[in-house]
Amino acid sequence: MSPILDAQGLNKAFGAVTAAQAVSAAIERDSVVGLIGTNGAGKTTFINMITGYLKPDSGSIRYEGRDITALPPRDISRLGICRSFQIPQLYSSLTVRENMLTALGIMLHNAGRGGFLSFGRPDVPGHDAPAEEAADRILARFGLSEHRDKNAQVLPGGMRKLLDIALTMAARPRVLLLDEPTSGVSAEEKFGIMELIMQAVKAEGATVIFVEHDMEVVSRFAGRVLAFYDGRIIADAPPEAVLKDAEVRRYVVGTLHA
Amino acid sequence: MSQIGPVLVDGVIYSAWLFIAAVGLTLVYGVMKILNVTHGSFYALGAYAGASLTGAWLAKGYPPMLSYAVLLGGAILVTLVFAPAIERGLLRFMYAKDEVVILLVTYALFLILEDTIKLIWGVNPYFVAEPYALLGSFEVGGLKYPTYNLILVGLALALSAGLAWVLHSTKVGKLLAAVIHDPEMSRALGVNVDRFYLVTFTLGCLLAALGGSFTAPTVSVVPGLGVDVIVLSFAVVVIGGLGSLPGAALGAVIVGLVRSVSVHYLPQVELFVIYSVMALVLAFRPRGLFGLAEPRKI
Amino acid sequence: MRPDRTPATLVAILAALALGGLVLPQWLLFILTIACAQGLVVLGLSLLLRAGLVSFGQALFYCIGAYTAGALSRAFGVSDLLAQMLAGTAAAAAVAFVLGFLLARYRGIFFGLLSLALSMIFYGLIVKSETLGSTDGFNLAKATLLGVRPDEAWVRYAVLLAAACLTLLAALLTHRFLRTPLGRLGPAIKDNEIRVEYMGASVRYAIHVNYVIAAALAGAGGALAATTVGHIDPEMAYWTTSGEFVFIAILAGSGSVIAPFLGALIFGAIHTTAYDLSPNTWQMSMGVALLAAIVFLPDGLWSLFTRLRAAGAGPK
Repeated sequence: MSPILDAQGLNKAFGAVTAAQAVSAAIERDSVVGLIGTNGAGKTTFINMITGYLKPDSGSIRYEGRDITALPPRDISRLGICRSFQIPQLYSSLTVRENMLTALGIMLHNAGRGGFLSFGRPDVPGHDAPAEEAADRILARFGLSEHRDKNAQVLPGGMRKLLDIALTMAARPRVLLLDEPTSGVSAEEKFGIMELIMQAVKAEGATVIFVEHDMEVVSRFAGRVLAFYDGRIIADAPPEAVLKDAEVRRYVVGTLHA
Repeated sequence: MSQIGPVLVDGVIYSAWLFIAAVGLTLVYGVMKILNVTHGSFYALGAYAGASLTGAWLAKGYPPMLSYAVLLGGAILVTLVFAPAIERGLLRFMYAKDEVVILLVTYALFLILEDTIKLIWGVNPYFVAEPYALLGSFEVGGLKYPTYNLILVGLALALSAGLAWVLHSTKVGKLLAAVIHDPEMSRALGVNVDRFYLVTFTLGCLLAALGGSFTAPTVSVVPGLGVDVIVLSFAVVVIGGLGSLPGAALGAVIVGLVRSVSVHYLPQVELFVIYSVMALVLAFRPRGLFGLAEPRKI
Repeated sequence: MRPDRTPATLVAILAALALGGLVLPQWLLFILTIACAQGLVVLGLSLLLRAGLVSFGQALFYCIGAYTAGALSRAFGVSDLLAQMLAGTAAAAAVAFVLGFLLARYRGIFFGLLSLALSMIFYGLIVKSETLGSTDGFNLAKATLLGVRPDEAWVRYAVLLAAACLTLLAALLTHRFLRTPLGRLGPAIKDNEIRVEYMGASVRYAIHVNYVIAAALAGAGGALAATTVGHIDPEMAYWTTSGEFVFIAILAGSGSVIAPFLGALIFGAIHTTAYDLSPNTWQMSMGVALLAAIVFLPDGLWSLFTRLRAAGAGPK
C-alpha cells in the first residue's frame, strides 16, 4: 500500500544552520510514528515543512500521492493534515468552548455551510451534528467538559495541551502531527494524558506522528521511531531497535537507558 | 527651467522646517516605540510660547536681536513644564500596553493640550513678525527670500549634526542603542531605562517645540496649529523609516522637494502627492527608506 | 445558548424613536440622526477592532459616501435619502474592495498609518479641488423620501425615521454577519492569527471582508450625514474626523451592534453640553473621557452592560 505521507530528500538551511539534510520518510497509513532527537535536531523543522509553515530548499512532500510541498498551512490543513503545537496555540480571550466552536466554524465555512444566507443549524462536515453538539462531544473525549466555559487563558498547562490537540480534531484530520504532546505535563500524568490523546485520536482513524522526549512514552505508544540528529534522520525502525542503536544512544538518548 | 532655482530654495527651506518638525517624532518612536500624537501639541506650545514671550520682550523694548534667544528659551521652558509631567505622570504607566493603545493615550493628551493652549493663550491669533523681518532678505535668481529662513536651515543642520554626534560618539548614545534593542536586558544590566525614556520623550517634545517656536515669526499663531503638523510629520517619518534619524532627514528632503515642485507647477496636487508617497512607501517598503529590517507583522 | 435579544432591542429602539420623535425638539432630532450616521461608521470600525485592527482612515469612506450623496444631489438632482445612502454605500464598498487587497496584509501601527495615509490622499484631492468648493465644500438640497419632499416642520422627523429604519437594517445585517462562522473569526484573528491559518481559514480574506463591510457602513453614514447637515466639506476626510470615530469606538466597545450607536449618542451629548458650557474646553473633556475609557473601561461602555448582566444572572 502506498504511504499516506511521503517526504523525500528534504533540505532546509537557515544561513549557516542546517535544519534538515536529505530527510526522507514514508509514513504508512494508520501508523503511529514517534520523532525523537535533542533540541535543534530538526524534528519541529520537519513538522513545519510538512504543514507548510516552512518551504524546504529542496525535496518533496507527497500526501496520498499529491505534491503538497509548496502549499501554505491553510491549504494543507484543509487537505486533512493538522498539527498541534509545542507551546499551545489557543485563543486566549475566548472560552474553551468558543475555541472549539471557532475551529468547527471554520469547517462549516470551508464547506459553504452556515453562511450569511443559510438558516437553521447545519451539520459540521465529518461530525454529523451541529457545531455546539460536535464541540461538546470533542471536549468530552478530551476530558475538558467541566472547563467548557472557562477562558483558555486560565487553564492549567496540561489542559492547555489537551485543548490544543482537541482543536485539531475539529478538522477530522487524516494525518495528525503532535509537537511534544506531553511536554509541560508532570511525569505521573504523562502516560495518562498520552493514553487519553491516543484513544481520542485513534477513534477518528488518523495516522499519528508525534515528537517526544520521554523514551518510555515513545516505546509505549509508537510503532515506529525516527531519530533525528543535526538535521538528519539517523535511525528509522521500531522503538526497541532504535533505542538500542549505538548512534541514537550516543546522540539522542544518552546511555542512561541501558 | 529658470524655475529650478526658486524650486530648490523653497524645497530646502521647507525640508529644513519639516526635519525640525518631525525629527523628535522619529526619535521618540525609535527609542520608546511610541507614535506620539502630542508631538503636534508641543509644536503648537512652542509656537505660542515663542510668539507670546517674544511679543512681550519686544513690547518691553528689549533688544530685538536677542529675540531669537527668547524663541529658544520659550520652547525650552514650555517643554520642561509639560513633557516630564506627561511622561512621569501618565505615559510611563502605559508602556506595557499595545502600541496602538499608547497612541490613543497620546491622542487623548493631544485633545487635552489643544484646549490647555486655548486656556493659557486665548483664541486670538499671535502675530510677532519682527524676528522674521529683522534680518532682511537675500536674492536668488531674481527672487527675494527672507534671511530668517536660513536660520531654519542652520537649525536643521545643527540639530542633525548634534543628534548624530550624540548617538554615535558618546557613551550616552551607545547606551541608548542598547536601550532601543532590549530595554529589559538593559535594565537588568543596570541602565536607568526610566531616565532614558524621560529624557528621550522630553527631547523629542523639545524638538517639536523648537520647530513651532522658530516658525512662529513667519505665521499667524492660531489654535489648531499643531493639527496639520502631526499628520505631515507622520508622513515624513514613515517615508524615511520610523525610528531612523537619517530617515527623518531623507523624508524631510523628499517631502520638501515634492511640495516645492508641486507648489510651483501644479498646486492642486500638493497634499495628494505627499500622502501618496507616504502610502507608496508603506505599500512597498513599510519599514521606510532607511528603516531597519524590523520583523513586519505578517 | 443565550437567546439573541439584539434584534428585539433594535426594533424597540426604533419604535421608541418613532413615537418619541413626535414630541422631541428639532435640535434633538438632528442630534439623533447624526448619531445614526456616526454610529454606522463606528459599527464598521468596531468590526475591524474585533479583529485587532485600528483604522485611522475610516473618514475616507465616510467622505466618499458624503461626496457621492453630494454628487447625486448636485449633478443629477437626486435628493432621495435612500438612493443617496445606497449610492454612498456602494461607492465606499467598491473603493474598499480594491484597497482591501493591500490593507489586509498589514497589522498594528502599519495598518493604522496606511489607512491614515489613504484618507489623507483623498483629503488632498478634494481640498484643492475648485469644482468641489475647495475648503468650503458645498451644499446639498433638502432630502426627499421616495419622491416626497416633507413639509418643513416634518422634515427632521421624517429624515430621522427613515434614517433609523435604514440604520436598523444595517445593524441587523451586521449582527447576522457576526453570527456566521466568518463573522466570528474577528476575536480569533486578534488572539492568534497563526492558529486561524492552521485551522484552514484565510485571515487575509476575513480581514478583507470585514474591511469592505466597515467601508460600506461608513459610506452609508457619510451619505446620511451629508443629507442631514445639508453641507459637505473636505474636513470629513481629515484625520481628526477619523480620530473622532476611533474615539467613539473605544468609548462604546465592540460587544454589540447596539454599542456604537449608544457611543455616538453619548459622544453627541457630551459634545453639545461640554461645548455649550465652555467652548474652549470641550476637547479637553473628550480627551479626559477617552483616557478614562482606556484606563478603566478598555472594553468600552458596553462591557458595563455585560458585567451587570453577568452579575444579575448570579453564580453559574
